[in-house]
Amino acid sequence: MTELIASTANLPAAGEIEPLTPEERAEIEHEISHYPNRQAATIEALKIVQKYQRWVSDGKVKAIAEVLDISPDAVDAVATFYNRIYRQPVGQKVLAICDSVSCWLLGCTELMDHASRSLDIEPGETSSDGRFTLLPTPCLGACDRAPVMKFEDKLITNLTAETLDWILKS
Amino acid sequence: MATIEVDGTSYEVDGDRNLLDACLGLGLDLPYFCWHPTLGSVGSCRQCAVRVYANAEDTRGRLVMSCMTPVTDGQRLSIRDPESQAFRDKSIEVTMANHPHDCPVCEEGGECHLQDMTIMSRHTERRYRGLKKTYTNQYLGPCISHEMNRCIACYRCVRFYNDYAGGKDLAVLASKENVYFGRHEDGCLESGFSGNLVEVCPTGVFTDKTLSRSYNRKWDLQSAPSICSSCSLGCNISPGERQGRIKRIVNRYHHDINGYFICDRGRFGYDYTNADQRIQHCSIRQSADVTEEAPDYRDAINAIAVELAGAATGGNLIAIGSDRLSVEANFALQTLVDEDNFYSGMDPVQHQLLQSVLGIYRRPGIHAPTLREIESADAVLILGEDLVNSAPRMALSVRQATRNLSFELARKSQIPLWQDTSVRNLAQDRRSPLMILSVAGTDLDAIASLRLSAAADDIARLGFAVARCLSDRAPAVPNLSPDLESTAAGIADCLLRAKNPVIISGTSCNTPSVVESAAQVAMALSLAKSNGQIRPSWLSYVLPAANSLGLAMLQEGNDDNHLERAMQRVLANPGQCTALILQNDLYARAEPSRVDAFFGNLKSCIVLDQQPNRTTDRANILVPTQTDFETEGTLVNNEGRAQRYFEVFATDNPSLRDNWKTIANMAKAWVNPGTGQGLPESLLALARCENFDDLIALLKNRGGLFGHWDRAAPNAAFRIAGLKIPRMPHRYSGRTSLRANIRVAEAKQPEDRDSPLGFTMEGAPINIPGALTPGFWSPGWNSGESLNKFQDEINGHLKGGDPGLRLLQSPAATDMSAATSSDWFSVPAATPTAANGRLLAVSLPRLFDGEVLSALSPALAQRAELPQLEIHPETAAAVGLVEGHIATIRLESCQLKLPLRFNPRVASGLVAVPADVKTAGILPPVLLPAAVTIE
Ligand code: SF4
Ligand code: SF4
Ligand code: FES
Ligand code: FES
Repeated sequence: MTELIASTANLPAAGEIEPLTPEERAEIEHEISHYPNRQAATIEALKIVQKYQRWVSDGKVKAIAEVLDISPDAVDAVATFYNRIYRQPVGQKVLAICDSVSCWLLGCTELMDHASRSLDIEPGETSSDGRFTLLPTPCLGACDRAPVMKFEDKLITNLTAETLDWILKS
Repeated sequence: MATIEVDGTSYEVDGDRNLLDACLGLGLDLPYFCWHPTLGSVGSCRQCAVRVYANAEDTRGRLVMSCMTPVTDGQRLSIRDPESQAFRDKSIEVTMANHPHDCPVCEEGGECHLQDMTIMSRHTERRYRGLKKTYTNQYLGPCISHEMNRCIACYRCVRFYNDYAGGKDLAVLASKENVYFGRHEDGCLESGFSGNLVEVCPTGVFTDKTLSRSYNRKWDLQSAPSICSSCSLGCNISPGERQGRIKRIVNRYHHDINGYFICDRGRFGYDYTNADQRIQHCSIRQSADVTEEAPDYRDAINAIAVELAGAATGGNLIAIGSDRLSVEANFALQTLVDEDNFYSGMDPVQHQLLQSVLGIYRRPGIHAPTLREIESADAVLILGEDLVNSAPRMALSVRQATRNLSFELARKSQIPLWQDTSVRNLAQDRRSPLMILSVAGTDLDAIASLRLSAAADDIARLGFAVARCLSDRAPAVPNLSPDLESTAAGIADCLLRAKNPVIISGTSCNTPSVVESAAQVAMALSLAKSNGQIRPSWLSYVLPAANSLGLAMLQEGNDDNHLERAMQRVLANPGQCTALILQNDLYARAEPSRVDAFFGNLKSCIVLDQQPNRTTDRANILVPTQTDFETEGTLVNNEGRAQRYFEVFATDNPSLRDNWKTIANMAKAWVNPGTGQGLPESLLALARCENFDDLIALLKNRGGLFGHWDRAAPNAAFRIAGLKIPRMPHRYSGRTSLRANIRVAEAKQPEDRDSPLGFTMEGAPINIPGALTPGFWSPGWNSGESLNKFQDEINGHLKGGDPGLRLLQSPAATDMSAATSSDWFSVPAATPTAANGRLLAVSLPRLFDGEVLSALSPALAQRAELPQLEIHPETAAAVGLVEGHIATIRLESCQLKLPLRFNPRVASGLVAVPADVKTAGILPPVLLPAAVTIE
């Protein structure tokens, strides 16, 4: 009599899930309670994880999907849509220089180049000492004080090369 | 209706459509990307610009996106005005800025909507000289290739995959110029409808990986109108062949059945036909260990004829048909051995289930709906079917049916139904009612308004209770819990309130009461809804195989000639009988030890089959059969539609003949040597069949359901302006040199005496009847989107007529009040709770590896989940089993070992056994449901 015991499929192994910490889970569950369906808390969940981890790993995307009861793809669609949700590790401080039109007119390209050269990285990269990540960002809504940069949670207006140097040295 | 004027010419068009749809429906050329006939408009690609004028005096007009602009009466517009042309040209130029310039190495090339639209927009010169964006591609499984560089961000893929088909694992990632269509990580696309991406994507991002293995352009593929034989729905398909191998399958539009989409089993399941393991030669085996090759087909047929004649004289000849093969092949076999000696090859329960389905379909007050009709239903009740796995395309239709509420809401708010985003936003999660009663949950549960798991008889009892709520002339259901009483009342109420309710059931549970309860609901509903005028209820059954209903029709009214009777006859006359078995592995049809006994007691066993299996191992004489791609025939789908499929290519193996022809040849050989005297006239007539139409004529003579058999498709004499219909595209290359390695002279093209199609590039290019249309292609429209040119309106009927012939017309309005108590089915007893460690084992259909032939295709086999036994955690606890345990199930002589998986959707007291072909070989699903021991 033949017997059948299943063998393992030969598909590429998917990445592991990275469980939420108890704090992350509690805060996410709290957010969920504000909405009619769990999925609605996707953005908040991503922000919560980022708050604790400084970025959102593939494994955390899966963990968020699990608590929201949606697919990791649906979570990742939201996560990658927003450029301030980091899907790669970032440095200790993030410099986000606005590159929209007003800032462009007032010289953000030069400022970006300056930062780039000083840190010896391209926009989108992290300095080798792990201290800074340099990013472009769309309009920050402070065009009247352009050029503008978001430095962690502070808005730096009328940005100059000198200010940049000062920040990078501090 | 509305009148619009396009570039000075007036047309009558449907006022509910958008301008793009209306213009394309008129046969005009207007480029588009993001709009899709069934997905509607989102206005994201900006390619469909036209100029509309405010009134008769307006000379300036303004540019609008035609797909986002409703038709209004008296509207004046221009497609040809220079500015809208320039807009479309520039729009393409921007789109192309990031698109590669390497069509020659792109697998979409030659059937690419982007190529077509670029040329249509007269964009001939690229000015952008900068760097193009490049992306990393993903591994998406064995069926679909991914080349993101070719994306033009039309959003069609996600709109199909997620919004239309309910997929979860394809997403739009990132934003603006980084937008990426893919998965969150590499991995196989999970949806059973993923293959449609190949056709939905207007460029070469998603392409058919199975074609890619040994690639040919569309223009180098020979095609014929074909019918999918991987389930009972009969989707229309267009297989492409080159050098004797089927290379791929694409959808062939059928207004009433598959529309624009087929499932992955149908699309990627063709590889059995190319399999190395196929039986290629006749063989004759004198005894168990001596195999004698009989390279000559004639010799084998003559040897068979001798056997047949001998056995028939003693009344010891039996034949076993196949529910997967054509009506004609089965009919030929039935005629060869005489009706009394022909057995369906189904076990008694299934055989009688099919007879019962056929009977029910022919009752007054019942209408077997098309998939298109199911899609229009505003309430759906499913009894005992897991559609995604048992009738995949129907699941897609049911999914759309649940959207009818959103269309109703849109109508009320005066939102055009094609305004896809608005309609979806308006409805949010609200859906038309979908009520699913199943044994172990289904993939549609997530969108169901009611879902309930129960054993088959309990599903049936609930169905009977619904019928009783609908009509108090239906018998009452004793001992129903108050809970279920109120559930039944809720379902009945929902069906009553719906305008077009549909009831779906089928044979997956292998339980007569389930099939009967669905009929009971339908009959009671007809009664409840009739006010003088009877409106038949829509009742659709999912059946086991592609031609289950056709075979049942050949045996209509015969409840007896099933496999078990054949076995009894053989066992009662040990060593006497000769059996002729037509492509049917009996080991998947009955308890294996009983099948062993059957073979052991035969005098001689003749098997016709295409793939080696345990039944072919038992053959004394084995004759190869052709796959559905190599021969012609007719299949009757689950709604009783006879559909003809045609040989896609001519095989050059002399041992491989049309299956019906091989059987007719047996008749010929039997009759020829002067033994004709005293043989029945039907056999002599079969022996006289030279071509397919001769056989059709014989079948037609049977009358009844077969009386118009010749109308399923035009016959071999059919010509258009004296010409046959070409199977090869007009640009088929290398025909003269394809076999130059064998012989320099061009081989003569095979003749086709059985159909009006030719194995050539030459022939009638236009006005082809729908049933004979091999595929879609039109000047300037090289991709599948050329379908526009073949429809009477967008999403409408084929100009050449919808293929196939509906055999079951609901009887003319009959007085339903005449229904007597004998018309009602009786209610089964409740399923007893399992005792002493025994559980009720039920079989679960499987999409990727649940059908014998398609499961042989490596691409599908790789996608199948591991077979596991599924059980409710509480049931498991009651019998002391833990998850992951390798459990053993025993039933009669069968012993099955599989890992156990907890699934809270499995009804309590049940253990669900996967019906994948491997498991089925050990424990045939036809033995279930049954009480089993499990440890
Ligand atoms: S992958 Fe294809 S269907 Fe999807 S957005 Fe890109 S071009 Fe359109
Ligand atoms: S398997 Fe069924 S649903 Fe799928 S394509 Fe074939 S006929 Fe259609
Ligand atoms: S453009 Fe930089 S803040 Fe608005
Ligand atoms: S087809 Fe009209 S905007 Fe895309």
